[in-house]
Amino acid sequence: MTTKNTLGKAAVVVLLATLVSACSSNAAKEEAAAQAATERAAAEQAAAAEAVAAEQRAIEKEKAMVMQEQRETKRRLMDAASSAGTVFLFDYDSSTLSDDARAAIDAHVALLMSGSANARLEGHTDERGTREYNLALGERRANAVRDYMVASGVPAYRLETISYGEENPVAYGSGESSWSQNRRVEIK
Amino acid sequence: MLLRSCAFVFGLFLTTTSAAQLEIQVTRGIDNPTSIAVAPFAWDGLGSAPTDFAQIVDSDLARSGQFSPVSRRDMLSLPAAREEIFYRDWRAISTRYLVIGRVSQGTQLRVDFSLHDVERGVELFSGQVVSAESEARMAAHRVADSIYEKLTGIPGAFATRLIYVSVTRNPDGKDFYRLTVADADGRRPIVLLEGRDPILAPSWSPDGKEVAYVSFESSRPAIYRQVLATGKREQLTNFQGLNNSPVWSPDGKSMALVLSKDGSPDIYLLDLETKQFQRLTRHYGIDTEPTWMPDGESLLFTSDRGGRPQIYRYELATGKIERVTFEGRYNARARVAEDGRNVALVHQRKGRFHIAVFDLVTERLTVLTETSLDESPSIAPNGSLVIYATKRGERSVLGAVAVDGGVKFSLPARSGSVQEPAWSPMLVEQ
Repeated sequence: MTTKNTLGKAAVVVLLATLVSACSSNAAKEEAAAQAATERAAAEQAAAAEAVAAEQRAIEKEKAMVMQEQRETKRRLMDAASSAGTVFLFDYDSSTLSDDARAAIDAHVALLMSGSANARLEGHTDERGTREYNLALGERRANAVRDYMVASGVPAYRLETISYGEENPVAYGSGESSWSQNRRVEIK
Repeated sequence: MLLRSCAFVFGLFLTTTSAAQLEIQVTRGIDNPTSIAVAPFAWDGLGSAPTDFAQIVDSDLARSGQFSPVSRRDMLSLPAAREEIFYRDWRAISTRYLVIGRVSQGTQLRVDFSLHDVERGVELFSGQVVSAESEARMAAHRVADSIYEKLTGIPGAFATRLIYVSVTRNPDGKDFYRLTVADADGRRPIVLLEGRDPILAPSWSPDGKEVAYVSFESSRPAIYRQVLATGKREQLTNFQGLNNSPVWSPDGKSMALVLSKDGSPDIYLLDLETKQFQRLTRHYGIDTEPTWMPDGESLLFTSDRGGRPQIYRYELATGKIERVTFEGRYNARARVAEDGRNVALVHQRKGRFHIAVFDLVTERLTVLTETSLDESPSIAPNGSLVIYATKRGERSVLGAVAVDGGVKFSLPARSGSVQEPAWSPMLVEQ
C-alpha cells in the first residue's frame, strides 16, 4: 500500500513538470534548464520510491520470519500436546489428577493459550457401580480437568464439559485392565 | 437352600420386529411349587383364536416360580366348561388346582374363566376379562393376575410392561441404542427411540401411559418425556451439565430430576404444568438417583456427602435430610416398593455390586443376588419381584429375583446387551 502511494506521488510530480515546460516554450535555454530540472526531480523521486520499496521488502521478510517462527512454535505445541495424548486416566472412584495427567494437561494448556480454539472435555467411568451415579462421577472428572486448565490461564468460556458416565467404554470386558482404560477424561 | 432347577424358554413364536426380544429362563423356583393345570380355553368365534390363552396363563404362573404347571400332554381330559370337569382325572396326575376358560368373540373379546380346587372338588372362583382383540395377550395376562391373587393373596403383575435400553455394537465398533417397551413377559417389543447416542434412566409415569428418559442425541444429556400411544415427545431440560434421573411424582404432577447447572449435581423438582424448577438439595457432593416414596411426601436419593455413596431421605414439607443406609461402603440407586417399606438398591460387598433389599422398618439389608456387576433394580408393582441388569460375559442381561430371594429368572436378549429395566405401574384396562 505504501509503495503504491509513493509511486503515485512521483507520477503526479512528473506530470506537473511536463505541464510547466509546455507553458514556457518561447525560451529554449529556459526550456533545457527546466527539462534538466524535471529529469533530476524525476530521478530523485524514482530513487526515493526504490528506497521505500526496499524497506518494505525487508519488513515483509521480517514478518514472514516471525510467522514462520509462530508456525513452528504452534507445531511444536501441537506435537507436544499430541505426544502427551488426549486421554487422562484416573484411579477408581477418584477425580484427582495424577502427576502424569497434570503433565499431559499442561501440554494442552500451552496449546490452547497459543490460539483461540475451544476444547470439549468428556468425562468417563468404568462399568462398576450405578449408571446414574457414574454419570455424576464422570462429570466430576471432566470438571477436575477444566478447573486445572482454568487455574492455568485458559478462559473458562472456551472449555465445555460433558459426562458420558459408563456409556462409552474404550475397552470392553470386565477386569481392571479394561476398567483402568475407561476411567478417563478425553479432550476433543 | 434347596433349589428346584428348571428352565422354561418362552417366546418361541418370533415376531419380525427389529427390537431385541427377551426370552425368559426360570433359573430357580421355590422348593415345593404348587401344581396347577390350565386346560386349553375354548374359542367361540370366527376362525381360530387370536392366541393360545391357556398357554399364556400357564407361562405366567410358571414364571412366578411358585407354580408348577401341568403339561398339556399329561392331561387326561380337556374341559372348557364346569360340566366337563372330572376331578378324578386331575387327582390321578396329582394336580392341586385346575383352571378352565372360554373366549368369546364379539365387538370385544370376552374371557370367562374359573379356578377349581381338585382335592376338594369345588370351584373356588370365576371371573371375566373383556378386552380389544388386539390386546388378546394382555387379556390372558389379566386372567393369570386374578388366579395368582386368588391363590397367593398378592395381586398379580403379569398384565404389566417393561421399558429397557438395548445396546448392539455395529460392525464399525460403534454402539447403537434402542429404548424399547415390551410386555412383562418380554413379548411384543416396540422400539420407542433409537440411535447412536446413549439413552439411559428410563422411568414410567404413574398412569403407565408415558415414559421419561435421558438421551444424548443433542450431543449433551437432556431429559425427554414421550407418550407411548402417540410417540409425542417433549424435551423437558437441556441445561449445561448433567440432566439426569427423571422420576414422576406419584400424583403425576411433578418430576424429580438431577441437574448440575448450579455447580454440583443436586435434586430438583419440576412442576410439569408451570415448568417451574425448585431446587431441593444444595451440597457440593453428588446428589443423584432420586426416587419417590409412594405417599409422595418424601424422596430417597443417593449422595456421597458422607464420603461414600449412601441412601438419604428428603422430606418435602420440611426440607429435612436424613441418612437411611449405613451398612457397607456403597448403597445406591434405590427404588421403593408400593408398600413403602421394601427398598431395592445396589449394594457393594467385597468389591462386588449386588442387588439388595433394605427394609425401612427393621433397617435390615438382605442381599438378593450372587452376581458381581448388578445394577438398575426396579420393583414389580405388586412388590413381589425385583428386575435388574447384570453382566454375563461382555453382555448386559436382565435378571429378576423375588423380594424374598426365593425365585430367580433371567431375561437374556438374543443379541446385544439389555440394561436399565423399569417395571411399569399396574395398568388400567384399556
